[in-house]
Amino acid sequence: MSEPFLVGEAMTGGYGNGPDILHDCTVAVEPGEIAVIVGPNGAGKSTAMKAIFGMLNLGSGNVKLNGEDISALTPQDRVLKGMGFVPQNQNIFTSMTVQENLEMGAFIRTDDFSGTMEQVFDLFPILLEKRNQSAGELSGGQRQQVAVGRALMTKPSVLMLDEPTAGVSPIVMDELFDRIIEVAKSGISILMVEQNARQALEIAHKGFVLVQGRNAYTGTGKDLLADKEVRKSFLGG
Amino acid sequence: MEILHALIVLSNFVIIPAIAYGSQLALGALGVTLVYGILRFSNFAHGDTMAFGTMIVILLTWWLQGIGISIAPLPTALIALPFAIFVTAILLLGTDRFVLRFYRNQKSAPVILLIVSLGIMFVYNGLVRFVIGVGDQRFSDGARFIISARDFKKITGLSEGLAIKTTQGITVITAVVIVAILFWFLNKTRTGKSMRAFSDNEDLALLSGINPERVVLYTWLIVAVLATIAGTLYGLDKSFKPFVYFQLLLPIFAAAIVGGLGNPLGAIAGGFVIAFSEVTVTYAWKKVLMYALPENLEPSGLTQLLATEYKFAVSFAILLIVLLFKPTGLFKGKAL
Repeated sequence: MSEPFLVGEAMTGGYGNGPDILHDCTVAVEPGEIAVIVGPNGAGKSTAMKAIFGMLNLGSGNVKLNGEDISALTPQDRVLKGMGFVPQNQNIFTSMTVQENLEMGAFIRTDDFSGTMEQVFDLFPILLEKRNQSAGELSGGQRQQVAVGRALMTKPSVLMLDEPTAGVSPIVMDELFDRIIEVAKSGISILMVEQNARQALEIAHKGFVLVQGRNAYTGTGKDLLADKEVRKSFLGG
Repeated sequence: MEILHALIVLSNFVIIPAIAYGSQLALGALGVTLVYGILRFSNFAHGDTMAFGTMIVILLTWWLQGIGISIAPLPTALIALPFAIFVTAILLLGTDRFVLRFYRNQKSAPVILLIVSLGIMFVYNGLVRFVIGVGDQRFSDGARFIISARDFKKITGLSEGLAIKTTQGITVITAVVIVAILFWFLNKTRTGKSMRAFSDNEDLALLSGINPERVVLYTWLIVAVLATIAGTLYGLDKSFKPFVYFQLLLPIFAAAIVGGLGNPLGAIAGGFVIAFSEVTVTYAWKKVLMYALPENLEPSGLTQLLATEYKFAVSFAILLIVLLFKPTGLFKGKAL
């Protein structure tokens, strides 16, 4: 099998000089596919994602994007390489308008980004309607759309989402998932961490179940949903 | 007629001076609020930055006067201003490079940066006193009045005069222009927006590829402009004395906090709130009341609530009231 598009391989590490949170953990995503990291609380899901984005020190293991080893790059440099990251919290500029949020997302671009902004507005029509409203005044679901839209403005080749549906209603969650599928269909790889494991695995091409910072189960979304052990332990039967 | 006289006296002694003073405080508070919003610390060196900038203006003004350059009726200091801003910018950027950057890289707590700024304040303070001395300096030249009290009486035939000093006119016009440019810069330009983004959410700004060192550079440049202009306008309007500029720190911080720290619009509003409170509380109202009240109700005393020596108590009192009841300020700012 050829090497995946983005892979964090055998990552071991933790925050600062603290104890290791990840132990020999591997997460990967193929072009245009959706990979989901699920697992119980404190399993190191978000940490695994942050490790791939360069926000913590890896003791061992490496991160490769399109075959290139990017383990030593800062998060900012990884953005330049085509990685988009949507943090779980504080992922928008609350005091700025929706449009300004998107402009700031495109800050590193020196070319004309109005086309990309139109694509984002096509994907999230509500943002077009509220483009001149301050992002802090939007609802939870709309904020997440701003956050995803901001990350899309750099035209990333891979989009990383840390619990995009945290704190939004089930209806909004379904809608967000639909949009995420649309993004993936446009050729952007998606790597996301999700609390709502069942729904997330349903749309995922690949799922990674982490327990205590280790890979417990890995497989396609369908396989994991069908797996008896996984169902019993993580999906509530 | 009586009411008109009351209004003229009020304008002459309260409204016009307070508008000028408020504009100067607003410009000062804008500098403080920008540093707080973007660099995340209370910059105690701001008053002495103003003093430094003004000192450079004064030295250049003397030199220009010496070689006979003038733009009368406007004060010569206005020509010196751009050069003084440049020198002040170099001082601020040098300070940032050799002092503040170290603490920024350490990710020091805001309170540590505050203490560092206190140290910088003492250094600037000493530098200014060493170069120009502790005494009073007047450097205002050109026409003294746009309209003097005597001319006003002659034109209107009223018995009370209304004087508008040239420096007051310049202060208000300059402040309006500078504030307009600043808001245009912050709201419309890419660099300005990146500064607001950095102030709003530092981590996300970094993720968006905004270079923090550039944001810091632009912040200090703007602070140099604001501080030098605010200091020069204050010096032209009153006089320049290093210690007075050090003391200005209190009303300036009060203005920034009353308006809501980190909020530029609030800083302007705060400047005027503080200025009007200070002037109205320390003004002797006897003359206004004499005109405004019926004959029998005329006050026998001066009706001055507070002696002018205590004007700082006004800033202090307002500061306390705001911190107790509305810690985020009148406009939504960051809580201390």
